[in-house]
Amino acid sequence: MTTEMTSEALFEAMRRSIIDGDDERAAELAGEALRAGVDPLRAIDDGFVIGLREVGDRFSRGDMFLPEMMLAAKAMKRAVAVLEPELDRRAMKRQVLGRVVIGSVKGDIHEIGKNLVATMLAAAGFEVHDLGVDVPFDRFVEKAREVDADIVGVSALLTTTMTGQRTVIETLAAGGLRPRVKVIVGGAPVTREWAEEIGADGYGEDAAQAVTVARRLVGAADAAVV
Amino acid sequence: MARTIDPIVDPRIEVRVLSDDEVQRIHAATLEVIESVGVRFPSPRALEIWQAHGATVDRETLVVRAPGALVEEALARAPHEYALAARDPSQDLPLDGRHVYAATDGCGVEVLDLVTGERRRSRLQDVAEIARVGDYLDEIAFHWVAVSAQDTPAESRGLHELAAIWANSTKHAQTESIVTEREARAAVEMAAAIAGGREALRRRPVLSLMECTISPLAQEGGALDAALVAAEAGVPVGFMTMASAAFTGPATPAGTLVVGNAEVISALALVELAQPGAPVYYAAAQTAIDLRSGAYTGGGPEDFLFGAATNALADFYGVPLSMGSFATGAKEPDWQAGIENGLSTFMAAAVRSDMLLGVGLLHGSRIWSYEQMLLDCEIYGIVRAMLRGIAVDDEALALEAIRRVGPGGEYLTDPHTVRHMRELWQSRFFDRRPYGAWEEKRDRARDWARARAREILATHEPDPLDPVVAAELAAIIAAVEREAGVAGAAAPT
Repeated sequence: MTTEMTSEALFEAMRRSIIDGDDERAAELAGEALRAGVDPLRAIDDGFVIGLREVGDRFSRGDMFLPEMMLAAKAMKRAVAVLEPELDRRAMKRQVLGRVVIGSVKGDIHEIGKNLVATMLAAAGFEVHDLGVDVPFDRFVEKAREVDADIVGVSALLTTTMTGQRTVIETLAAGGLRPRVKVIVGGAPVTREWAEEIGADGYGEDAAQAVTVARRLVGAADAAVV
Repeated sequence: MARTIDPIVDPRIEVRVLSDDEVQRIHAATLEVIESVGVRFPSPRALEIWQAHGATVDRETLVVRAPGALVEEALARAPHEYALAARDPSQDLPLDGRHVYAATDGCGVEVLDLVTGERRRSRLQDVAEIARVGDYLDEIAFHWVAVSAQDTPAESRGLHELAAIWANSTKHAQTESIVTEREARAAVEMAAAIAGGREALRRRPVLSLMECTISPLAQEGGALDAALVAAEAGVPVGFMTMASAAFTGPATPAGTLVVGNAEVISALALVELAQPGAPVYYAAAQTAIDLRSGAYTGGGPEDFLFGAATNALADFYGVPLSMGSFATGAKEPDWQAGIENGLSTFMAAAVRSDMLLGVGLLHGSRIWSYEQMLLDCEIYGIVRAMLRGIAVDDEALALEAIRRVGPGGEYLTDPHTVRHMRELWQSRFFDRRPYGAWEEKRDRARDWARARAREILATHEPDPLDPVVAAELAAIIAAVEREAGVAGAAAPT
């Protein structure tokens, strides 16, 4: 077996691990790639990402479902985590579509929808900084400044906390980050009209829509992986 | 005069989706979950109570692991029967396992405007108007705060909503919008003003609280504190699980029942540990997610099964059930809404769920529609007629009439027909006109329902709230707003 064939087999196994949503296997293969001296960026682009793209295609065709998509995204995340130190050592950077700061707004401890969006954004190629739940308004601004965010995502499940989305936008503006930093909002009581009223740049009714909106906001509508 | 309420009584059709053995297995699995996995109780007061009764409390994760025997012993203190009282005592609702009552649902954030037909954000005036229409309809036994009064301050919103209901209806009010200790204290005070004092409120609770769990296996801190305040005052309190199969619950319906059951009975047990004998109820609106989007769907075969299965659990624990039944996932009053609300209501009613929620809401409880409200009442009426079953006695067998008419006659003009014809179900919103009549007008149920809602709203005058009591309610709300440092809201008309 030539080296070429071996690495082709490795790439194929990487794709497979993502399609199967097998995060253990994905991490293992990422380690194997490093030991074999495979370029970590190639491992991502020619291996794992191809698998993720296939999952995305099958998802949009209705052959795969959200749980499979999430498993693929988690496997992708684990593989990239293994490869990252080597990327840093080589001073290489995985191309990201943009940097997103995301959290559930102050007073709101619901996180499951926000987590879903964070995972899908990460899988789509965004660098995601998740601030968790009950996030003070200032914290969004602070973090956005610290990581030079392109997008801030604010989640709310209650009509009583939803008004905090407006406050986050105002606080970002007061901090001089608007309109450069875009804001997307979501959550069960949030509507398109509400998003427009508070001056948000985007609104997604579900996680898949949130990804579409985020891509559009960074001018990468077609460049996405999934 | 307060209007009569015409509930489903003693359903004659039996539906059984779980055997006794299966209920036992779900119960055993639930206790194992509470004991070994635990449930998160993010309230210092709740954790204290659990700890004082010997449960294992993790102060870091706020997870409580309670022995099964402790949970069972606590649940055994819950009263099996009690009544939800109304401003007008003739509208009190005994929760006795014989009655199935319908109510609106919460909490929508938008309204399909009755005048313009446009979808818009909900406000306090909507809460008042929905209550007024609900006050009129004999299918509606009690109110939920159906939409959020988003033009009122967040700190006092739940109170404004309750005041709007009591100002526009004499029927019982149940709310899911009281989720802090401060609001709960004020809500209890308001209910006492309606009932005629704290002792009167204990005897005749004109208010009940419904708190949501956070699936999987967590409670909300403010909700727990509010529930404990209510229980102290003798105000019935329920906990609702909305565990969603394949997302916030296991993909298998049995697994989702276990997760939701653990949430609900652990919360009810906490209330009983704090206030032995407090009136509590089980509440549920489980679903299966949409596998493509992850969204809460609010309708489908699994939901209909949950509706019937959950009452088996509530019966097992001997507490009433408030079940999400209508509340279609459809975007407008259409065939999907009809199927979902018809089947969910039939299933939940046939098993004698005490309270059915969801009248009038579309899109998974987000959008209020008066048209859907009237159509849902029609569905309730159909189910009510079905569950009365078929009477078989001498009069119903009609042998005399059959002799009179004989072969080849007609029953149209027989006295027996005149005596019994009004027992036959009468449609308000089915289109039974001649084809030509329909072809000429091309109008439909939605149009008639809208017209009917407009008419009720324009003409129905509910029994007014005593102005002294109304002023008391306003003063209680104003005090809360002063304390919270927020500006008050204008009163609805």
